Amino acid sequence: MDPRLSLTASPHLKAPDSTPTIMWSVVGSLAPVVGAAVYFFGPSAVLVLAAAMLGALLTERVAGQPGSLGDGSAVITGLLLGLTLPPGFPMWMAFVGGVIAIGLGKHIFGGLGQNVFNPALLGRAFLQAAFPGAITTWPQAGGPWMALRGDNLALPLMRPDAPDVITAATPLGLMKFDFIPTEIMDLLIGTTSGSLGETSAVLILLGGGYLALKNYLNWRIPAGIFATVAVFGAILYSIDPVRFPSPLFALFSGGLMLGAIYMATDMVTSPLTNAGCWIFAFGIGVLVVLIRTWGGLPEGVMYGILLMNSLVPFINRATQPRVFGTGRRLEGAVP
Amino acid sequence: MLERLSFRHGVHPPDSKGLTATIPIRRMPFPDQIILPLRQHAGNPAKPLVRPGDHVERCDKVAEADGFVSVPIHSSGAGTVKAIQRWPHPDGSLSEAVIIDLDKYSPQLPRPRMVPHWEGLTPEEVIRAVQEAGVVGLGGAAFPTHVKLSPPKDVKLEFLLVNGVECEPYLTTDHRLMAERPERVHLGIRIMMKTLGVERCVVGVEKNKPDAIEALRRTAPDDLDVTIQPLTVKYPQGAEKMLIKAVTGREVPAGKLPMHVGVVVQNVGSLSAIAEVFDTGFPLVERVVTVTGPGVLKPANLIIPVGTRLREVLDYCGGLTDDVNEIVFGGPMMGFSQPDLDAPIIKGTTGIVALTKAQAHPETVYPCIKCGRCLDACPVFLNPSLLGILAQAGRYEEMAEHDLMTCMLCGCCSYVCPSNIPLSQMFALGKTMLRKTREKQQEKTAADDGKAA
Repeated sequence: MDPRLSLTASPHLKAPDSTPTIMWSVVGSLAPVVGAAVYFFGPSAVLVLAAAMLGALLTERVAGQPGSLGDGSAVITGLLLGLTLPPGFPMWMAFVGGVIAIGLGKHIFGGLGQNVFNPALLGRAFLQAAFPGAITTWPQAGGPWMALRGDNLALPLMRPDAPDVITAATPLGLMKFDFIPTEIMDLLIGTTSGSLGETSAVLILLGGGYLALKNYLNWRIPAGIFATVAVFGAILYSIDPVRFPSPLFALFSGGLMLGAIYMATDMVTSPLTNAGCWIFAFGIGVLVVLIRTWGGLPEGVMYGILLMNSLVPFINRATQPRVFGTGRRLEGAVP
Repeated sequence: MLERLSFRHGVHPPDSKGLTATIPIRRMPFPDQIILPLRQHAGNPAKPLVRPGDHVERCDKVAEADGFVSVPIHSSGAGTVKAIQRWPHPDGSLSEAVIIDLDKYSPQLPRPRMVPHWEGLTPEEVIRAVQEAGVVGLGGAAFPTHVKLSPPKDVKLEFLLVNGVECEPYLTTDHRLMAERPERVHLGIRIMMKTLGVERCVVGVEKNKPDAIEALRRTAPDDLDVTIQPLTVKYPQGAEKMLIKAVTGREVPAGKLPMHVGVVVQNVGSLSAIAEVFDTGFPLVERVVTVTGPGVLKPANLIIPVGTRLREVLDYCGGLTDDVNEIVFGGPMMGFSQPDLDAPIIKGTTGIVALTKAQAHPETVYPCIKCGRCLDACPVFLNPSLLGILAQAGRYEEMAEHDLMTCMLCGCCSYVCPSNIPLSQMFALGKTMLRKTREKQQEKTAADDGKAA
């Protein structure tokens, strides 16, 4: 008897990577960062991350296609949003952020692949506008591990209690308002105050390196951002080393690591072409330094990325490669 | 000379050639019946010359060329014409075919024939002999070889480029041919160079065939300027335009032919077929086919009479494994998947690849996440991501504006797409739809002109 045969269009071979593989690998590569957040900030980290993810996942379940939870993209959005929040952030606000990130950041555009802005950053931008106080309250690093780092359990729409933990400025805030630089070593390891995921530069670099090796992110984007920030920062630093931070400080402080490696490289909201990725990265780098140095906020990574996200369609159009056989490079030597 | 000769972009599927790369070519016995589709080449289908009941000897012409871009078809065995009817064609369609029941005890010797002495022939006579022998490009596209040998007067040819790339995974047809019969290839080159009037020849071979490169170098003639050029392994380097780019750095302008950059490209198999014509006087009635893949029990490189049905070839190769899922005519990147085992081997069949369930194409299609891998893979620098979105919306005219017609359906974009979007299938559909619209428009214009007159 003849075998039952499939009838499909060519090509009949397929490279092994799939969209869920990529997404879940990104989630997996964030495990050390999440671990560090829990290590530094105790139960608060768990609560904030869980709330942001719950908001994101529930919204995906309601608004997305059946089974779209399995592709892992909503998990990434929830996780990344949670990592950009301060440890003492009220859980209900984080939950709202997750809902906004997936609802307004992704599904209002038509779901996975259609959104213009990075959903996690859009969610954070919303929280920044809605709860400017809570999102800029940073507890000091250290202290008893089991203690909550703020009023995580505040009831919805209630003003959070005045936190009974000692707050501290972030390294960027210290630099911007008081011109006090932080030790690079502290920035690398993460023993500073700041958002859950932005403290340990080393672990973020590790995860990014893994993803770049697997080609799950375009290495040109973080490389371009770091180069731009470093060069631009070095120029400023050479002008006035007291007012402006050193390039190393600029690289390892704040959300630059997390933003450049995990947010700017979001495939959906970054350019299609490699040339486009360099332009995109350069733009983000310039915006980050401009906002950090002359803007009203100590940190500019979020707005830098969101602004460049909006330019991606134009970058794509401008960097579309010349179609084969249409250029002037038609001549060549015979070997 | 550059060390790493290749083109830009492209993909690296596992080459999987190890199954058959070291197995010598051997001859498959004649089947009981052969099926000769009249459409085995690009251009007009051949016109049948025989009727049911006619007896034919091996190498007798059963169908003649219909016009210049067409070639005759010869019987690959002695027997009696049973019918001329529609039969499953390897491309998935039904096509008119001459069906011949072969004589069981025939010695299968062709009639006595004149072997043309090529050195004494004018180029025109060589070209006519090549057409009469039914020679087509054996790399898969089956473009009549004599057409490539007859460039227009205003085209100046610089050199002959021989395609020994064989970039499709699994296939080792050309590989074995070059390794085992390099002098055949060189004879073909010699005849071609004289006919075309070119002084130089470059043979492009990918580096994963070191024995073929060695054999060709060992047998290269001293009196001709023939360079054996190893190339970096990459798919689709065997595509004419990619090969020209890899070897010369020249880009064939969109819509033009290789001859417009001074090059004629011939597959090594076609050269061997030409050598055959002027060596033994045989027309193209058999070819080397790689039967391979994890789904077939005894992979082999076989000389198979054209018209042998897939079923018989597979039986000869020990049959199929239990987990076979798909059988492909040609290579796995651009070949045609078969619904059953009835289609015959035709002149353009480079291989038969049996793939297993483990290799089945994933069924879930995810949304495009704009990862840009298809742009990185496309050898002609299109934007498959954008074209895919346009195709899903049925916006074929806009696809044409984004250079859909430059697409050669190599399948690199589909291969790399992590969301399993069937991009090249959508582009094939888009190209067909555009062609139909254009034809309709032309008919309409013609009809309007008729009314006006």
